Amino acid sequence: MTQQAPHDDFVVFDRVQKSYDGEILVVKDLNLSIARGEFLTMLGPSGSGKTTCLMMLAGFETATHGDIRLGGNAINNIPPHKRGIGMVFQNYALFPHMTVAENLSFPLEVRNMGKAEREGKITRALDMVQMGAFGGRRPAQLSGGQQQRIALARALVFEPELVLMDEPLGALDKQLRETLQFEITRLAHNLGITVVYVTHDQTEALTMSDRVAVFDDGRIQQLASPDTLYERPENSFVAQFIGENNTLSGTVVELADGKATVRLDSGDVIATTAVNVSAAGDRTLVSVRPERVEYNVERMKPDAFRLQAEVLEFIYMGDIYRTRVRVAGNDDFIIKTRNAPDQRRLKPGETIEIGWLPEDCRALDA
Amino acid sequence: MADVTDATTARRAPTPDDAARLADSDQSGPMLAADGRPLKQSLQRALRREKLRALMLIAPLLLFVLVTFIAPIADMLFRSVENQIVGNTLPRTVEALADWNDDAEELPPEPVFRALFFDLFLAAEAKAHTRLGSRLNYETTGISSLFRSSGRRMDDVAEPFQDVLEQADPQFGDGAFWYRLMTGEGDADTSLLNDQRERLAALTREGMGGDIGFAPSAEIAALLPRAAREYSAFALFTARIDNDVVAEEDPWESVYVALALDLQDGGAERVQSYAGPGADALQAAAANADQLPVVDFREAFIEVDDGWGDRTNWETMKTYSPPFTSGYFLNSVDLQLTADGVEAREENQRIYVMLFQRTMFMSLVITFSCILLGYPVAWLLANLPMRTANLLMILVLLPFWTSLLVRTSAWKVLLQQQGVINDTLVWLGIVSDGGRLALINNQLGTIIAMTHILLPFMILPLYSVMKTIPPTYLRAAKSLGATNWTAFWRVYFPNSVPGIGAGSILVFILSIGYYITPELVGGTTGVFISNRIAYHISSSLNWGLAAALGTILLAAVLALYWVYDRMVGIDNVKLGG
Amino acid sequence: MKLSNMLLASIALAFAAGAGGAQDMTDDMTLVSWGGAYQASQQKAYVEPYLADNPEVSAVWDESSPEAVAKLRAMNEAGNITWDLVDVVASDAIRLCDEGLAMEVDHDEILAPAPDGTPASEDFGDLIVSDCFIPQIVYSTTFGYRSDVEEWGGNEPQDVCAVFDLDTFPGQRALEKRPINNLEWALLCDGVAKEDLYDVLETEEGQQRAFAKLDTIKDQTIWWSAAAEPIQALADGEVVIASTYNGRLFSAIAEQDQPIKMLWDAQVFDLDGWIIPEGLPEDRLARVKDFLNFATDTQRLADQAAYISYGPARASSAPMVGKHADLGIEMAPHMPTNPENAKNTILYNYEWWADYRDDLDAKFQSWLAQG
Repeated sequence: MTQQAPHDDFVVFDRVQKSYDGEILVVKDLNLSIARGEFLTMLGPSGSGKTTCLMMLAGFETATHGDIRLGGNAINNIPPHKRGIGMVFQNYALFPHMTVAENLSFPLEVRNMGKAEREGKITRALDMVQMGAFGGRRPAQLSGGQQQRIALARALVFEPELVLMDEPLGALDKQLRETLQFEITRLAHNLGITVVYVTHDQTEALTMSDRVAVFDDGRIQQLASPDTLYERPENSFVAQFIGENNTLSGTVVELADGKATVRLDSGDVIATTAVNVSAAGDRTLVSVRPERVEYNVERMKPDAFRLQAEVLEFIYMGDIYRTRVRVAGNDDFIIKTRNAPDQRRLKPGETIEIGWLPEDCRALDA
Repeated sequence: MADVTDATTARRAPTPDDAARLADSDQSGPMLAADGRPLKQSLQRALRREKLRALMLIAPLLLFVLVTFIAPIADMLFRSVENQIVGNTLPRTVEALADWNDDAEELPPEPVFRALFFDLFLAAEAKAHTRLGSRLNYETTGISSLFRSSGRRMDDVAEPFQDVLEQADPQFGDGAFWYRLMTGEGDADTSLLNDQRERLAALTREGMGGDIGFAPSAEIAALLPRAAREYSAFALFTARIDNDVVAEEDPWESVYVALALDLQDGGAERVQSYAGPGADALQAAAANADQLPVVDFREAFIEVDDGWGDRTNWETMKTYSPPFTSGYFLNSVDLQLTADGVEAREENQRIYVMLFQRTMFMSLVITFSCILLGYPVAWLLANLPMRTANLLMILVLLPFWTSLLVRTSAWKVLLQQQGVINDTLVWLGIVSDGGRLALINNQLGTIIAMTHILLPFMILPLYSVMKTIPPTYLRAAKSLGATNWTAFWRVYFPNSVPGIGAGSILVFILSIGYYITPELVGGTTGVFISNRIAYHISSSLNWGLAAALGTILLAAVLALYWVYDRMVGIDNVKLGG
Repeated sequence: MKLSNMLLASIALAFAAGAGGAQDMTDDMTLVSWGGAYQASQQKAYVEPYLADNPEVSAVWDESSPEAVAKLRAMNEAGNITWDLVDVVASDAIRLCDEGLAMEVDHDEILAPAPDGTPASEDFGDLIVSDCFIPQIVYSTTFGYRSDVEEWGGNEPQDVCAVFDLDTFPGQRALEKRPINNLEWALLCDGVAKEDLYDVLETEEGQQRAFAKLDTIKDQTIWWSAAAEPIQALADGEVVIASTYNGRLFSAIAEQDQPIKMLWDAQVFDLDGWIIPEGLPEDRLARVKDFLNFATDTQRLADQAAYISYGPARASSAPMVGKHADLGIEMAPHMPTNPENAKNTILYNYEWWADYRDDLDAKFQSWLAQG
C-alpha cells in the first residue's frame, strides 16, 4: 500500500544500541526510518527489544550508542516531557484520582493552556473516541475498553505529531480488540499522525500497519509492508513468526537465476525460489504457506511440483478445511483449503498427492 | 463492528439491581419467588443463614476484642467518674453531712461527728480508713494523715464510756454476756442485720451473706437502736472477716459508746420495763446513766487531730460524697471541684491542659517528620530491585528489634552534650566547645527519638501503597508533558496519600500514647500527658485521675479521627494494595 | 469483681484439693525485688542460705519493685495475689499499708530477736515506720561529683549547697525528677534550719522559696527518673554533680574506678524492706513468715552489707559488718550510717510526704513544665 510512500525520515534510529548491564546488547545496531504519517508496528516475541526501542524513543530509556532523531533533531538528551510524543500504555495508565476530563486536561494544563481552550479540546477529543458523555467519570468506573479509549484520547488531546503505543490492546478480549484496532487506524489516518505501535500479536500488526518491523534478538529481521512480510519473508524467523508456515529442511543442490533446487532430507528434490541461500551445498529451510498447497489434482497448476502425502488429521473449521499430513518426513505439514462445493473431505490414513508452485516455495536460511 | 459502545456496557450480565428495578417497575405487586413468597423475604431468609455463619466465624475474635479491648475501656470510663469509696466508708457521715450548710462559717453539727465516730471506728477495724484518706488527699492535702492518725485513736474516744459501764455491772466486760443480751428473746430484727450486711459488704468488699450465728432481737433493737446496730456490725465482722465465733468475742469499744448514747438518749427509761436476758445489767447501767460522760464528739475529734476543726476538710468530704463525681475530669483540665462549685486550679498546679496541647503538637511534629523522612525511603524501597529493597527493609525494621534500653543508651551516647554528634561538631569546628548543642533531654530529644522509633510505622504502609502505584503513571505523566516535579506532585503523590494517611494515623496514635521514651530523653519540656497518666497509675495510685486523662486522650483521638475523615476521607486510608 | 473472686476461689480450692489436702507450708515463694546488684545481695546473703537449709523450697524472683504498688493494687482488685513477699521502699510500704494492700504484722512475733535477746521491735527501733513494714537496709540519697573538673580550679564541693553554687562549681547537675529531697535541699541552702524544714515547706511561701532556689539551677539541671541515669551521666562527663543512691555511687567509684567522689553532706536516709501482701492463704503465709524470720535476723542483715554498701536496718547488725565479698575492702566506712558519713543527715519524713506528695508533685511538675 504505502510501501512506495516517500520516506521523509520523521523518526530515525541511527545505529542505535542498548545494553542494561554492560554485557548483553538488547538492541543491536538498530537502523530505522519512519515517515511522517506512517503507522509503523514493531512486532516481535517478548525480549526481542521492541519495547526497549519504543522506550528509547519516548525518552524513558537512553540509548547506549547511536542517535535517535525526531523531525531531523537528535533527541537523545531531551527529557521525555519535552519531546511532545503522545503515549498509550498497555494498562492504560489513567490517573485514578482524576476524572476522565481531568485526565485529558492534564497535558493541556502542563502546557499552560487557557481554560476555555482546554475544554474545547477535551470535548473534541472525547467525541473523537465516542466517549463524550463520560467526562465526569472516574477511570475505575469505566470498562477496560472505555479506559483505553480515554487513554487514546489523552494521548491525542495535545495534538502530538507522533504517538507511541505499547501493546495498548493486550489486556482486552478479542472482540473488543478488533473494534479498537479498527478505530485506532481510522483515527491515525484521519488525524495524519505518525504512530509507532508495539505488539507481539502478528494479526494486529498485519491489519493495522503501513509497515511492520519484525524484531528478534535485538535486531530488525525484516521491515516491510504486511503483504510483503507475509508473502515474501526474508528469512525463516519471519516466515515462522508471521502467519502459519510449513517448513521442510534440505540442502541446496543447484542455485541459478533466483531459483534453487533443493534435495529434501527425505530425498525428494524440489524446485524453489531462492531467497536466503548463497551457494549450492547450503542447508536450507523451505517454506510453503498452507493455503498455497493443493491436493485437488484438478485444480493443480500444470507446473506445480507434486509429492506423496499421508493424511493424519482432518479438521472442519467452517470456512476452511485444515488438514495435517505427513510429507517428506514432516508430520506437521498443514494444508488449508477453502470450503467449496467441489472440495473433497479427506480421511485420516488416506494417501494423497499434494502440490504447489515453485514461486510459492521459498528456500530460506536454516 | 461499527457499533462503538463497548461490549461490556452493551451486554451486561443481569445483576441483583436489575431484579430490584424490575420488581419496582412491576405495578402488579411485589416480585414473588418460585414458592409464592415475596422475593425479598425469600432473599432475606437465604441471607440470614449466611450472616449467622459469618457471625459464628468471627465470634472468637469478637469475644476476644470485647474482653481485651472494650471491657478495659468501659472500665476506664467508669473509673473516671466513680467515687463510691466515700459513701461506702462513711455512709452515716455522708447522710448527716447532707443537712450541713457548708456556706455557713461553721463546722458540721454534733450528729455529723457522732456518725463519723461510728463510721470511722468500723472503717478502722476494716482498715479502710487509710484508703479513703489517700483518696481524699488527692483533693485536699493532709487528709491522708488525718484519717490514718484518727483511725488508730478512736479507741481513746470510747474509753471513758467503757469504764463507766463495766463499773456499773462487770458483766459488760464479758463477750458471752453481750451475745446473750443482744440475741435476746422473741423475734429477730432481720432488716437491721441485713442493712448491716450491705453496709459491711460495701466497706470490706467481701461477702457478708449466710448465717453468722447471731441475729439481734427486735425488742433490743427497739430499746437500744444504736447498740443493736453496732453490735450487729461487730458480729458480722467477727464472723465473716475474722472467722471467729461471735459469742466468744468481746465487743468493740464502739458498742459501748452506742449503748451509752442509747441510755443517755431515753434508753435509761425504756430499759426499766425490759425483762429479757441481761435486764439486770442494763438496769444497773441505766441507774448509773448520770455517771456516763457527756462527750462532745466534735471536741473529742478536734483533740484527736485538729484537722477535724478545719472546714476545708469537711467541705472536701461533702463535695466528694456522691457516688459519682466530675472531679477527676475537672482535675484533668486544670479545674477543681470545690464546695463553691468549679474553680480554676492555682496557677502553680496547672499542667494538664498544657501537656495535652504539647502532646498533640509534638505528636503532629513527630508525624510530619516521619512523613518527611519516611516518604523518600518508602519510595526508594518501592522502586529498588527486590534484593536491595529487602536489605534496606531490614535497616528500616532494625529499631523494632532493639530493646528500648539499648536504643535509649544509643541515643544518649549520640546526642548528649558530651556525645558523639557534639564531639564531631566540635572537632569539625562547627560549634565551639562551650556552645555544644542540646539535642537530648528536651523536646528535640523526644522528637528525634520518637521519630526514630515510629519511622517504620510510617514507612511500611507507605511502601505497601507505593508498591501498588504502577510506574507507568509517572511515565504517562511525563509523556503528557509534565516535568519530573509536576508528574510527582500531581500524579504520584495523590496516589500515595492513602499510605500517608494510614501511616500518619498509626504514628500519631502511637506517639500520643508513648511515655517511656519521652520520660528518658524528653527532659522537662519533652514529656507527654501519658507520662502523667503513667505516674498516676503506678506512683500516686490516683487511678480515677489517670482514667479521666486517658478518657480525654481517647476522646481527642476520636475527634481527630473524625476531622481526618471529614477532611481526607477514612476510605482514603490504605495499608496496602 | 465478686464473680471473678468466687471463680478464682473455687479454682484455688480445686487446686488445693488436687494437691492432696492442706499443707502447713508451701514450697514455692515468689519474691519481688529491684533486680541488679541489690537483688543479688539479697540472693547471696539470705535466699541461698535459706534454700540450702530448706532444699524442698524454691524461690522465684520478680523484678517488679518499681511498680509494686500499682501491681499489688491490680492483683488485689483481680483477687489473685501471686507474690509472697515484696521488697519496697518505706514510702511505698506506707502507701500499701494505707491502701490495705499490705498485711499489718507484729514484728516481735514474726521476727527473730537480736542475739542478746533484744526484741525485734526494739532492735529495728524507729525504722519500723509502718505496721506493715519490715525494714532491711538503710540507704541514702546523696551526691556524687566528678573529681576532674578543670573549671572548678581545684575546688571540691564540701557541702550540699555546692549543688546550688554555679559560680564556684559550674557545669550541669542531675537531680531526680520528683519534689522529694530536692525541695529539702533547696530550703537548706536557702538558709532554713534542718529542724524547721517541714514547717516551712508546709506553707505556700516556703514552697515558693524552695522552687525559687531550684530556679537558680534549673537550666543547668538534667532530671533523672531511673537511678542508672545519673551514674551514666557522671561517668560520661555529661554532668559534674548528681544526686543518686549511695550504693550506686559506691559501685561506680569502688568497683568501676570512675573519677567520682562522694559528698555525704545532707544525705537523705531512706529505708527499704519487705511487706507481705494482704490476703495470702495460710500455707503461703506460713512459708513467708518462716523465711522472713531467717532473712531478717541479725547475722543475715550484716551479711548483706558484704555485697552492697547499704546499712543493715538492725542496730545489732552494725558491729558485724565486715569486708566486701569481692574487693576485700572494709565496708563500714562506706555505709551511709557510718558516723563519719552521717554528720549531717536528713531522715525522709514519710508521714509528711504521704500528705503533701500529691499536692507538691503537681506543683513540681507544673514548675518543671514551665521551663
